[in-house]
Amino acid sequence: MIEKRPITTFISHFVIIVGIIIIAFPVWITFVAATHDAIRMTQSPIPIWPGDQFFINLKATLWDGISESDTRPVAFMLLNSLIMAMIIALGKISVSLLSAFAIVYFRFPFRMGFFWMIFLTLMLPVEVRILPTYEVVAKLGMLNSYAGLTLPLIASATATFMFRQVFLTVPDELLEASRIDGAGPMRFFFDILIPVSRTNIAALFVILFIYGWNQYLWPLLITNDQSMVTVVMGIKEMLESAEQAPVWNKIMMTTLLAMIPPIIVVVFMQKMFVKGLTETEK
Amino acid sequence: MLKRVHFGTSWLPFALVAPQILITLVFFMWPAAQAMFQSLLVQDAFGLKTEFVWFDNFKELLNDEIYLQSFYRTAFFSTLVAFFSLSIALVLAALADRVIKGATFYRTMLIWPYAVAPVLAGALWVFMFNPSLGIITYTLDLLGYDWNHKLNGGQAMSLVVMAATWKQISYNFLFFFAAMQSIPKPLIEAAAIDGAGPARRFWTIIFPLITPTTFFLLVVNIVYAFFDTFGIIHAVTEGGPANATTTLVYKVYNDGFIGLDLGGSAAQSVVLMVIVIFITVIQFRYIEKKVDY
Amino acid sequence: MTKKNITSVSMIAALMLASVSTSALAQTEISWWHAMGGVNGERINKMATDFNATQSEYKIMPVYKGNYTETMTAAIAAFRAKQQPHIVQVFEVGTATMMAAEGAVYPIEDMMKDTGEPFDKSIFIPGVISYYQASDGKLLSMPFNSSTPVLWYNKDALDKAGVENVPTTWDEMDAAAKKLVDSGMECGYSFGWQSWVMLENYSTWHNQPIGTKENGFGGLDTELTFNSDALKNRIAKIAAAQEDSSFVYGGRRGDSLPKFTNGECGMWINSSAYYGSMKAQAKFNYGQAMLPLDTDVADKPQNSIIGGATLWVLKGHDQDDYKGVAQFMNYLATPEVQAWWHQETGYVPITTAATELSKEQGFYEANPGTDTAAKQLSLNPPTANSKGLRFGNFVQIRDVINEELEAIWAGDKTASEGLDTAVERGNKLLRKFEKAND
Repeated sequence: MIEKRPITTFISHFVIIVGIIIIAFPVWITFVAATHDAIRMTQSPIPIWPGDQFFINLKATLWDGISESDTRPVAFMLLNSLIMAMIIALGKISVSLLSAFAIVYFRFPFRMGFFWMIFLTLMLPVEVRILPTYEVVAKLGMLNSYAGLTLPLIASATATFMFRQVFLTVPDELLEASRIDGAGPMRFFFDILIPVSRTNIAALFVILFIYGWNQYLWPLLITNDQSMVTVVMGIKEMLESAEQAPVWNKIMMTTLLAMIPPIIVVVFMQKMFVKGLTETEK
Repeated sequence: MLKRVHFGTSWLPFALVAPQILITLVFFMWPAAQAMFQSLLVQDAFGLKTEFVWFDNFKELLNDEIYLQSFYRTAFFSTLVAFFSLSIALVLAALADRVIKGATFYRTMLIWPYAVAPVLAGALWVFMFNPSLGIITYTLDLLGYDWNHKLNGGQAMSLVVMAATWKQISYNFLFFFAAMQSIPKPLIEAAAIDGAGPARRFWTIIFPLITPTTFFLLVVNIVYAFFDTFGIIHAVTEGGPANATTTLVYKVYNDGFIGLDLGGSAAQSVVLMVIVIFITVIQFRYIEKKVDY
Repeated sequence: MTKKNITSVSMIAALMLASVSTSALAQTEISWWHAMGGVNGERINKMATDFNATQSEYKIMPVYKGNYTETMTAAIAAFRAKQQPHIVQVFEVGTATMMAAEGAVYPIEDMMKDTGEPFDKSIFIPGVISYYQASDGKLLSMPFNSSTPVLWYNKDALDKAGVENVPTTWDEMDAAAKKLVDSGMECGYSFGWQSWVMLENYSTWHNQPIGTKENGFGGLDTELTFNSDALKNRIAKIAAAQEDSSFVYGGRRGDSLPKFTNGECGMWINSSAYYGSMKAQAKFNYGQAMLPLDTDVADKPQNSIIGGATLWVLKGHDQDDYKGVAQFMNYLATPEVQAWWHQETGYVPITTAATELSKEQGFYEANPGTDTAAKQLSLNPPTANSKGLRFGNFVQIRDVINEELEAIWAGDKTASEGLDTAVERGNKLLRKFEKAND
């Protein structure tokens, strides 16, 4: 605290707490819904306090899943989501670190052309170009594979754009100093640039992991293999049971389970994030 | 933008951009080219009969009142979402940056909803606002307000805006907060010693220093509101009632994926691509000049 | 970080090169894409498992591909990429699209003949298969989950409101709805799948045309004509009934189900297939009755039409695979499987034998009203107006109808304006379909 202003501080706390309550409310309702039995969740008004069915629902959802025939437990879907999210996050970070480095630190022909070409992909989500993209993936024989599942989602410029912005704020002196030390471009990249931008890498990992984890329409279209069902697809399947009323307690339990891994990533990476920030301040 | 100090030409930069360019070419440019070709065709769903019609699909679009309306609707929707999510996140980040006690806890509590998938976020909001089951509908009903977003277009739009904003606040907060935390404390302390109050410090020091972040977020938010809210609209309203929440992107999806009108949908994609290029150039050229790094 | 980056780059490269190879099994695998999530998805898996256990040559592999529209689009996209499944479940409004794709679909009747599997069309209920027959009577796809709209009523609420008989006409509906509201209910009646229930079935029930050329059975140059005075009057009356909450709109498809199961609305018109949900959720005495009759329009009801989905077979696989498909289709049509499916879900049995079996098993006695759907469908021999409908782009046309009806319920348009616009917009889509498929 820079100076003491108890009233302002109190108001700050108060406003944040109110904001948190409003923002967390839908998640709270999810949790509550996951603790009741199926019948209770079809009767108005819906409860706002937890019931006693949490562990029963948890066990049923995690190990039995949607299907009572034990074919697709949610635990298994979670694993698929994890694989998909990791490939997308790590793949996209690697690819865009390299290209942002090239665009910011090198003078070479077609540099701006490449930049604009990449930058344009920032804008069009996969949903809009979904059918032509599907045909391309099919032509390449990549249906039902993790490559077909993830590569088209890696083709987006968010991360490249972000790293470009980060690299632009890196002081020029760093490169000059590294040159004096006789370091080549790649040594500069690995020894200086990546350490300098590790907080951004951490933030992007969080973002991209969640982006990958939350994909729905694309995985649904390109995977025909029940062994590749992800948890978000699983929830949509529960929500859209043709002429059946949705089973809210199981759906909300699965939703909760689907939220836990990204939350773990957010919370865990947050620590690294803060650590990185305090270190740079030293 | 190129660094003042930079490396010269060699094969290396080409190798560095190669993976990204390759992926972009194969999974973005190729499908886009295919969409462009498709927009000149009238074809049955299975692709068994094809007729080349030049620009008929585009002509039809220009005469489609519903399509023209979805332009205004998209602009309206995007403005609201970008405005609310940016301003709420900025306020929360500024406050969280001020307080020391509990800042980490607050941040954890605020970035948490970010982990929710758009489809699920939509489902949650639908669940809360379900005309007969929803907890909020129930409360509103007690207060004498009749909520039925399945019938009332204005309410449907508000619901979609709420859900989309809710999803985006965390993201914006994360970036604003990180940017504010990285501002050297001595700078702010010096200003405080000079007698600048919290509000003044915010506008004269903090806000200018986070402009790169703000620029980044502005682009991302407009793109988000324009394009990435698809999952939310899909789950919450499916563009209804009576097209009240049909945005441009939702319409492309709906006509192509649901309606199987591949030519018409591809023509819309092409229009979107042109808009995208236009927005990108304008936005980039204009804001890039004003922001200091 | 350095190592991680390199590893992940090489991982991507490896993935790029890798293509998934399906393991060669002795069994022939037959893919079946369906749109049934939830409990019905489990039932589908059971059917496949049971069939697989009866023989060792073929293995049915059911795959959930999203809701009805997503499943159909996925199958079409797969066909364009030559990766199509053997069997795909398509909802009834997609029929015209599938039919028009002559090079893509393998008509069931042809397939049965070509593979030499036994096939007798006369075992099916005419009201069920008429929707899916070509003009020469050839059966194109296999009815799977069929249902028809019925009037669901809350017996307790009707008793409390002093309504002695379940309404059989729209006048009685209106009167009963008023009494329900007067007795303290929040709403008299509601309905779902509004185009299917209030427009398509309303028309066939009163023997009114929906479009020209036998509702599209006669050719692609068909035009919609449902903006008749009869329908306009009825829709206007329903819109007016919102005034005192006699009618409350609760959303598309089955979104209004909780309104009924929660005891808000005393009556609900929607698919008979909600039987399973009613059993699970309604905590009151409920029943199903035939659709109400509009006495201004007709003296007696004609017949209702089905909704739901059928199984289409797609071309482009080995001829030997289709033998397995044919055997599976015959398995699905056995009385035992059909009776089980019917009794579990409330879907209509597709064969007369399955109805007989259900009767023998005492199902209708134990669950009065469960035969309403089957009765409605076979009330009278179908006429040109009532055998079904076959309009191209009907998925979109239904959306148009949804939109226009919603505008009417919201008071933005009169019934007359809304229906006229719906016809006009629908006809544009029909012309587009004609152009693309001619």
